[in-house]
Amino acid sequence: MSSMWTTKLRKATVEKFEPQDVLPDDQPSYVASWIYVFGVLTLSSLAIIIITGLVLTTRGAIWWHSSNVGHFVNSMHLWSVELFFVFMVVHLWGKFWMAAWRGRRFATWVTGAFCFLASVATGFTGYLIQWDFDSQWIATQAKDGLNSAGIGSFFNTLNTGQAILLHVSLLPLVLTFIVIWHVILVRRNGVVPPLDAKEIAGGAE
Amino acid sequence: MSKERNVDLAKWSGPKRPYDLVKEFVIAFLVVGLLVGAISAIFSSPDEPAVTLQQWANQAPADFVATTAGELAGTTISAAYGPPYNNAAEGLKLGPLKIQKWAGVTIPVNPAVDFVATPLKFSKDPSVPAALAQWNGASSDQQLKWATDYSTALGKAGDYTKVTASDAYGPVPTMATGLLALAQSDVLDGLLTTTVTPYPSDFTKPMLFLADGTYFDDLGAKQHLHGDQWGMMNETGSYPGQSWLWLFSLWYQVEPFKSSENADIQIFALLMLLNLGFIFMPKIPFINRLPRLIPFHRLIWRRYYKENNL
Repeated sequence: MSSMWTTKLRKATVEKFEPQDVLPDDQPSYVASWIYVFGVLTLSSLAIIIITGLVLTTRGAIWWHSSNVGHFVNSMHLWSVELFFVFMVVHLWGKFWMAAWRGRRFATWVTGAFCFLASVATGFTGYLIQWDFDSQWIATQAKDGLNSAGIGSFFNTLNTGQAILLHVSLLPLVLTFIVIWHVILVRRNGVVPPLDAKEIAGGAE
Repeated sequence: MSKERNVDLAKWSGPKRPYDLVKEFVIAFLVVGLLVGAISAIFSSPDEPAVTLQQWANQAPADFVATTAGELAGTTISAAYGPPYNNAAEGLKLGPLKIQKWAGVTIPVNPAVDFVATPLKFSKDPSVPAALAQWNGASSDQQLKWATDYSTALGKAGDYTKVTASDAYGPVPTMATGLLALAQSDVLDGLLTTTVTPYPSDFTKPMLFLADGTYFDDLGAKQHLHGDQWGMMNETGSYPGQSWLWLFSLWYQVEPFKSSENADIQIFALLMLLNLGFIFMPKIPFINRLPRLIPFHRLIWRRYYKENNL
């Protein structure tokens, strides 16, 4: 049985978690700071980005230019992105000053860093597909940097059709995958203890 | 393995407190949703209309004609670009590395042909077919001389209407004004985007052409969008734009990048290096000690340290 791929996959994934670890209803006593809220604020903003993005997707790329409702949804999409980055950056700095990579949590840091970079790429393609002056300007400016690195040969910022497909399909998939991976790592490893927590008798097993 | 590392590794068995993750997420979602809705209602979002070739031709005809002549003379940004559009140049270099050249020409663009000669086949101006035939029948040296001489004359006169007619320019003035009429009649925008399918989604050619002129560039400057104005991290109006690109835009404001011909690839390489540093920050000596040296963690976990007399 142990040679079965299914068994190996189950042991490597599902069996790594106990239900209490997946959705815990308690946390170590040190998890008591406003800084912890910024992780969930980031996720909440991402949820609103996805919801508003789906509304825009269902109505088409240029709907928001001719509809007041569409313009409002576009505004919500934009401002949820702005808040998403604010929350994520505060979350990131918080984790830095907590040295949150301690105790085999390096992969959590790395997936978090990739979340940020994937978000930048996704946001950038979003700016390219506005079908207005901003997207024209950004596309013409950004092409030179990408072309200089050879990336422009495969990703053409002036090809709006390519950018829109990247923005609504591939990049959100990549970002969502990394975010889920990041959250799984947080749940599996637990919240990093305070620096010097070793001095607490019985503070850890 | 140090004792501290064991503590960091082990599952916490000390005191715990109730923590409702789901409730926290739902409340956060509602708060952020309301906040986003309120900000959107108050500030809306920018929507400066896209610029068309027709708009350019109508509002800045002199710039349009000068740019057209430049395309024929091979002196515009697009005509002299190099990969991925053409082989007019090698592209930017990072020291000895010619990455742009190595990536090759994958989006072929010949500005003189694609922006000017081919669209002119659809011109209604009766003088254009003869001009095109003269252009196509001439040697490349002759074409270059005509276009360069006309570009020079335009530069001196400042406006195509002030250039005295001369055989020295060959068919170039007729071609340039013919293309201007085509653009003013709103035909050129479609011609440059529908060569593959009548439903356009690729704006490479009209955007390269538009960006070769000064009209589009001036519009960007008025909206504080130039590279030396922190560039594309800004948006039109007073919106925050892609403020997270500040570390990218920053380098364009300072030497040696500011005056470097290869600034784009140099800054790209630097950003890749910084990104690697960001990803592997926990492994970088000194940097990974900063959280201990500057004890913000005392603030974050102040209740914990206080309760435990630490």
